[in-house]
Amino acid sequence: MPDKPVDRTAACGVEMRLKGLLHLALDGNAVAYASFLEVFSGYLRGMLRRRLRSYEDDVEDVLQEVLIALHNGLHTYRNQVPVTAWAAAIVRHKVADFLRSHAHREALHDPIEDEMELFAVSETESLDARRDIDRLLEQLPERQRAPIEYVRLHGMSVSETARLTGLSESAIKVGVHRGIKALSRLIRG
Amino acid sequence: MRTDQLIPLLTAGLLPQDRHAILRRFCIALSVGAAAAVVALVSSLGIRSDLPELLATPFFWGKLAFPLLMAFAAVPVAARLAIPGASTRRAWLLLISCYAAIWVVALVVLVAAPADARLGLLFGHTWSSCPVYIALLSVPCYLALSWAMRGLAPTRLRLAGMAVGLLSGAIGTLAYVLRCPEMSVPFWALWYSIGMAIPMLAGCLLARVSFRW
Repeated sequence: MPDKPVDRTAACGVEMRLKGLLHLALDGNAVAYASFLEVFSGYLRGMLRRRLRSYEDDVEDVLQEVLIALHNGLHTYRNQVPVTAWAAAIVRHKVADFLRSHAHREALHDPIEDEMELFAVSETESLDARRDIDRLLEQLPERQRAPIEYVRLHGMSVSETARLTGLSESAIKVGVHRGIKALSRLIRG
Repeated sequence: MRTDQLIPLLTAGLLPQDRHAILRRFCIALSVGAAAAVVALVSSLGIRSDLPELLATPFFWGKLAFPLLMAFAAVPVAARLAIPGASTRRAWLLLISCYAAIWVVALVVLVAAPADARLGLLFGHTWSSCPVYIALLSVPCYLALSWAMRGLAPTRLRLAGMAVGLLSGAIGTLAYVLRCPEMSVPFWALWYSIGMAIPMLAGCLLARVSFRW
């Protein structure tokens, strides 16, 4: 547990910032969505590093799993719920899942208190996740794997990928979208 | 994979979000579940032969009101539990007050009845089979709602399982009403509740398996 008191005004600023980005993202604004995910993963990494001190190597894996869960649950975000509370509930759920599967009983008795802890400190340096996504990618059908590989491996934009593969932009988006869902199913086993 | 590679991937897969996803999924699941329960009832137990005449009596609609009320009150609870971080207190309060209202009516009927008729009002003739049939008829709805929940984001799984189980139980009861021969409020309050409590308990136990997302 962090010992320093959490600054509530700072947390309020985070809420405003994330809320603005998320609202744009919900309408399909990919740039706003990328900033949202970057800001959010910074905070999440900070929290996970403190939380999962005994599982240092798993921090990036859990982080990525949370990002995918958040992505798959985007349509459940509602205006009446603060973004920080919404995101923290997903994090809490996924971290509990992780701890349960690692059968670390003590950790289960130490739940994440509230979203203030999550949004306390942001850390943006990442380590590589250990899980080999490439092996998982091979299990996907071509129409999902190809868009994911172009966008991820070659860092191309959706429109560049569309031009290269001859598919429409919306087909690329749908392919990546479905591919991510399929990947998250594979990750869960 | 590095996290800074995952983010462009997620943004590339961003589609404009359906703001009515929860409502839509629940509507589909409830219609499929209710239709399947009615089909199962008609093809196995059959419906009451006097159903057409019954439809004209207010008492029958009173009987329908109990599961209908429970279903209406359970939907907001289950829907709120599909939203991470949403408060469910008000939805639970509504559900509990609806349930309490039914028992108030049942107790009034019991107290007003002559003492030697009370056991009959409470147990009827079919008390031993009624909860079992309700639990069985709730299965299709539970499966359909599990599909709905998996596509949403329940984070309090046990509670979500209970809410979905209760909702399925209410839909199962709604179907069973078409066949149930009992016509006493205390009977409904007691045995329909037990019938709904079975899927509720099962939902609580199965949530971790059925709602993974």
